[in-house]
Amino acid sequence: MTEPPKGRRPAWTEERGTSDEGRRGFEGAPEASGKGSGPEASGASRASTPLLEVRDLTVHHGQLRALDHISLRVFPGEVYAIIGANGAGKSTLLRTIAGLHQPTEGSVLLDGQDLTRLRPERRATQGIAMVPEGRRLFGSLTVQENLQIGATYAREGPWTIDRVYEIFDWMSQRKTQRTAQLSGGEQQAVAIGRALVANPRVLLLDELSLGLAPVVVQRIYAMLPQILATGLTVLLVEQDVSQALRVATRIQCLLEGRTTLEGRPSDVTADQVEAAYFGLAGAAAAPPDEGTEP
Amino acid sequence: MDWVNDVIQGILTGGLYALFACGLSLMFGVMKVVNLAHGDLAVIGGYVALAVITITHIPVLWSFVIVVPIMAGFGYVLQRTLIQAALDRGVLTTLIVTFGLSVVIENALLQFVNANSHSLGTGNSIITSSFSIGSQIQIAYLLLLIFVVAVVVLLSLQYFLSASKYGRMIRAVADDKEAAQLSGIDYRHVFGIAAAIAFGTVALAGIGYGMYSQFSPTTGTDTILLFAFAAVVIGGLGSLWGTLVGGVVLGVAQEIGSQINQSDQLLAGYIVFLVVLVIRPQGLTTRRAQS
Repeated sequence: MTEPPKGRRPAWTEERGTSDEGRRGFEGAPEASGKGSGPEASGASRASTPLLEVRDLTVHHGQLRALDHISLRVFPGEVYAIIGANGAGKSTLLRTIAGLHQPTEGSVLLDGQDLTRLRPERRATQGIAMVPEGRRLFGSLTVQENLQIGATYAREGPWTIDRVYEIFDWMSQRKTQRTAQLSGGEQQAVAIGRALVANPRVLLLDELSLGLAPVVVQRIYAMLPQILATGLTVLLVEQDVSQALRVATRIQCLLEGRTTLEGRPSDVTADQVEAAYFGLAGAAAAPPDEGTEP
Repeated sequence: MDWVNDVIQGILTGGLYALFACGLSLMFGVMKVVNLAHGDLAVIGGYVALAVITITHIPVLWSFVIVVPIMAGFGYVLQRTLIQAALDRGVLTTLIVTFGLSVVIENALLQFVNANSHSLGTGNSIITSSFSIGSQIQIAYLLLLIFVVAVVVLLSLQYFLSASKYGRMIRAVADDKEAAQLSGIDYRHVFGIAAAIAFGTVALAGIGYGMYSQFSPTTGTDTILLFAFAAVVIGGLGSLWGTLVGGVVLGVAQEIGSQINQSDQLLAGYIVFLVVLVIRPQGLTTRRAQS
């Protein structure tokens, strides 16, 4: 679990379409969730009600405008990825959806129901679960207790603690250990398990790859198809753009709190993504720049 | 033999101090509230017991059956209103608010009761009598009872925290209340439960103190709060069994101090308190660098 971050992928612009490093395990993700398993993600059904909708959301951190009129619609079964550089407002967006920040304007709706005034714990019981940035496990509790906390106010559904032990097969042997003793990747798995056992309708994943070795990140993203197979809808935030493009059925790029690009990964070009990510004005025509890594 | 007697008396008195301290420690450990009104709450517990006994004629030793739930309910309500409002404005605010609460309680007692000292159960033979071991050691039934109660309270608290659903929620909220919210837990309610437990234990301590000694409106800050703080700091902040260790160390130091010179009883306790602060600021039972 402590692999050195060797083989760090090159800039995603080069990698997309050319490199297949790390693709193992992800092949099925978008297909299993959207395109393959039903018409949800196809253009025709986008007219139906979105499961999660964010309307014109503006959030301030003190004087700073962290999000500026952001809107998004996530339909059932989708994997919706928010990408963007540091400080673009990605995490703020997820935290506002989960209820940890109050917006100054705009609203958050789950299945047409307005959640904007609800506290985070009420949103959780309505079906929004979040794997927070930095994992945020209960360090003095054991693995099992962390999962039990996740299941305290669980909705009805397919996920149980035993089911989590099935998909992460190492976990049951270490269930009596405190999570503070686990490696980063193992902690991330427990954090995902803790969110799953609540049987959410929408799973928010905040920077799963943060602070983890690439191999570990691969392993965690490899679980996604299994998770999606139970009918979950995922909204994820990812700094690792190639990773996001690989798993997502839809992406939105943020830059300084504003939307700069929205669409299906197959419909956007690498140049468009780069332009949106860095905010380059005439970037569609700009040559790929070797020197600019995210 | 005198020394043996002192140590035994000190250990038993430590049980009372542990009862005072465990609620203080719990409130700090879970919601990071340093409750400066803690001693006054023990005194309120004493007065409530006095009132309950006068009205219902319930035996002193059983008064806790009524007093503890009353105080626990009071604790829940106070946490959900005043203390939570203070917490929402920052940890420092809770210090000011609980200090203010302490002043209000003392003056309200002076205003509406009186400044006289009261004690509980002076006519009860179990409370006032003692037994002897050998010729030198005399043990008061009351002190032994209080010590046993303290151990039972700490054991049940530990079991509750480690094995029950609400105990687990209390520990989770103490670790990370935002992450607990994401799992659907209303941390304000959990804080309320923790405060109810803390107030319940301090009510027990107040009744015990009322039988052991006597209380007046100012006893809370004059004596009880300081002893509770000393016990918590000696044992280690946030550690349950630390409060018993701290209480016992404080009690033994006081007994030995009074053996040297009657007027040195309190001084000896605080000297030990200061020495522990200098040598082992994290307390006797907690390990350093718990991050």
